[in-house]
Amino acid sequence: MTDLITTTQLADPDAAYNMLVDAHRDLSETQSADLNARLVLLLANHVGDICVLEQAVALAKTEL
Amino acid sequence: MAAPGATGSAAPAGMGAGARKALYQFGYARSIDQDVFAATGAPARHAVVVVGAGPVGMTVAIDLAMRGNEVVILDDADRIGEGSRAICFAQRTLEIWDRLGVARPMVDKGVTWQVGKNFLHDDLVYQFDLLPEDGHKMPAFINLQQYYAELYLVERIAELPGVDLRWRNKVTAIDNRPDGVRLTVETPEGAYDIDADWLIACDGAKSPVRDMLGLEFRGEVFDDRFLIADVKMTADFPAERWFWFDPPFHAGQSALLHKQPDDVWRIDLQLGPEADPEVEQKPENVVPRIERMLGHRNFELEWVSLYSFQCRRIDRFVHGHVVFCGDSAHQVSPFGARGANSGVQDAENLVWKLDLVLKGEADAALMESYDAERSFAADENIGHSTRSTDFIAPKTPMERTLRNAVLNLASRTQFARKMVNSGRLSMPATYPADLATADAEPFSGSARLGAPVPDAPLRKADGSDTWLLDELADGFTVLHVANGTAPNAVDGADLRIIGGEIFDETGQFRRRFDATPGATYVIRPDQHLAARFRHFEAQKVADAIARAKGRVPVTV
Ligand SMILES: Cc1cc2nc3c(=O)[nH]c(=O)nc-3n(C[C@H](O)[C@H](O)[C@H](O)COP(=O)(O)OP(=O)(O)OC[C@H]3O[C@@H](n4cnc5c(N)ncnc54)[C@H](O)[C@@H]3O)c2cc1C
Repeated sequence: MTDLITTTQLADPDAAYNMLVDAHRDLSETQSADLNARLVLLLANHVGDICVLEQAVALAKTEL
Repeated sequence: MAAPGATGSAAPAGMGAGARKALYQFGYARSIDQDVFAATGAPARHAVVVVGAGPVGMTVAIDLAMRGNEVVILDDADRIGEGSRAICFAQRTLEIWDRLGVARPMVDKGVTWQVGKNFLHDDLVYQFDLLPEDGHKMPAFINLQQYYAELYLVERIAELPGVDLRWRNKVTAIDNRPDGVRLTVETPEGAYDIDADWLIACDGAKSPVRDMLGLEFRGEVFDDRFLIADVKMTADFPAERWFWFDPPFHAGQSALLHKQPDDVWRIDLQLGPEADPEVEQKPENVVPRIERMLGHRNFELEWVSLYSFQCRRIDRFVHGHVVFCGDSAHQVSPFGARGANSGVQDAENLVWKLDLVLKGEADAALMESYDAERSFAADENIGHSTRSTDFIAPKTPMERTLRNAVLNLASRTQFARKMVNSGRLSMPATYPADLATADAEPFSGSARLGAPVPDAPLRKADGSDTWLLDELADGFTVLHVANGTAPNAVDGADLRIIGGEIFDETGQFRRRFDATPGATYVIRPDQHLAARFRHFEAQKVADAIARAKGRVPVTV
């Protein structure tokens, strides 16, 4: 089983975060939700491993 | 006993919304059991009593009778054709009905289709083709009004001396005893009791028998309401399944259009959870909705009803001598056409086992495998049906957002198209391993252990065409690919030799079964693959048959 990678993979973490924030700028709440949903689906498919996704869901759900 | 005969008119009545009369009316006839009970107070005893003459109960009765058993089948109604229910019948169901001699009129009458299209707004986002593969006797799917299917089953029953079909015989009480079941049956002439070694409860989703045993029917109820309408019109839409998400003519909801015989079209319109059944079913509300969908009003309403859907099942399918089969055991939403289809597949799984038990060739414990295999199938069907219904009718705003994201991406990406789910159409279950013998050597091809064997075109020695499924026996079949050292016979099974008496000229059998010279396949009476070997070995074949009959094989 592949483990979810939780150490940084991004050469420039600030730029990556900023890119996500930027993508949401000037969007309404509904549009933002739509954008997030599409992003999740695209990235989930890119990951392509249901076990990794399960771990990501579990980690994301802690403290909800 | 009284042979059932259709006394009603065959013409669809085309009445106003919800007011259509029964299409076929059958007569009540007094049975000898009533005389016996009246005279002696002692119930007559039968090996098998089936409760419910729906598609599932009739399939059980026909299959049992064709295996030489006598069956009584009781139904509280005396007519079929009220309401509009199933329209899509799947290949595996048709194969079962073909074995029972009833598929031909269905396929002739039915609309054959294999293409489904999913639209978002006005745009086609995803299209599927159910069976790009040829070389199967039965089509991938047909659309046929359930009442026609039921009519052909009733007609088939009339040809079989072993089936005693009793209309207006309503089961009102049962006593499930260690050695059988006592039933109280209400008729227009009063009540009588009968005893049954086995009671097969095919009495539908509301199953009174289930209630009489105090059994729970647990699962999920969906809030959304759906308007189901059958309209009559001549239109040149193709015979394809068209499903719309958020169409311009029905904003925010979904819609389905599907062709049936007699120029009748099935329309499903999602109405949301708040819809008022009384109001929505009024023709003055239904007609404009459909008019917006079709773009004209040259249609006649045949039937309209409002449904909400459930996915539920009973915990166990076998309770002593009472066996649940069809909707009485499990209920699904119609998206995916899994109700009647899976019920007929329950019936075929049940009957050969019950037949062996009745003939003393298998222990009653074999019935446990019916529970195991068909509750596995029910879970699979409920899973698919629940996912489709959740996709069509998202439960929360965020579910809707995710669903809409899939639809949005589907027009641009292939992966999202694969997620669009307006109903994954009914496929037969591949049973878990209990009755099957694990492959000792690998096999490729589309035949899978535990699944029904795929059909293939074959040729007989006299040059005439045949189909693999037509060549299989009513009992077990051992299929052997000739390699010069053919076995003469196999105990407890019919032997068929490919390349000896039937020939695989197209190579389709070879490809589907990964057949090599000497390869040997053990096929159950319900045409599911029980075992396969690269070479014939009498003991291994005998063990595989014993295992499939629920016995511990001699050698392991
Ligand atoms: C809108 C809609 C669309 C559908 N579309 C499809 C589809 O496309 N494909 C598909 O496969 N399925 C479909 N289904 C499901 C399908 O209609 C059912 O799964 C199927 O009818 C179940 O058959 P059954 O024989 O188990 O039960 P039923 O057809 O319900 O038959 C039960 C019988 O038992 C009798 N009975 C009840 N109580 C008693 C009693 N006390 N004594 C004697 N008799 C009794 C009843 O009169 C009835 O005849 C659809 C259902 C609906 C509502």
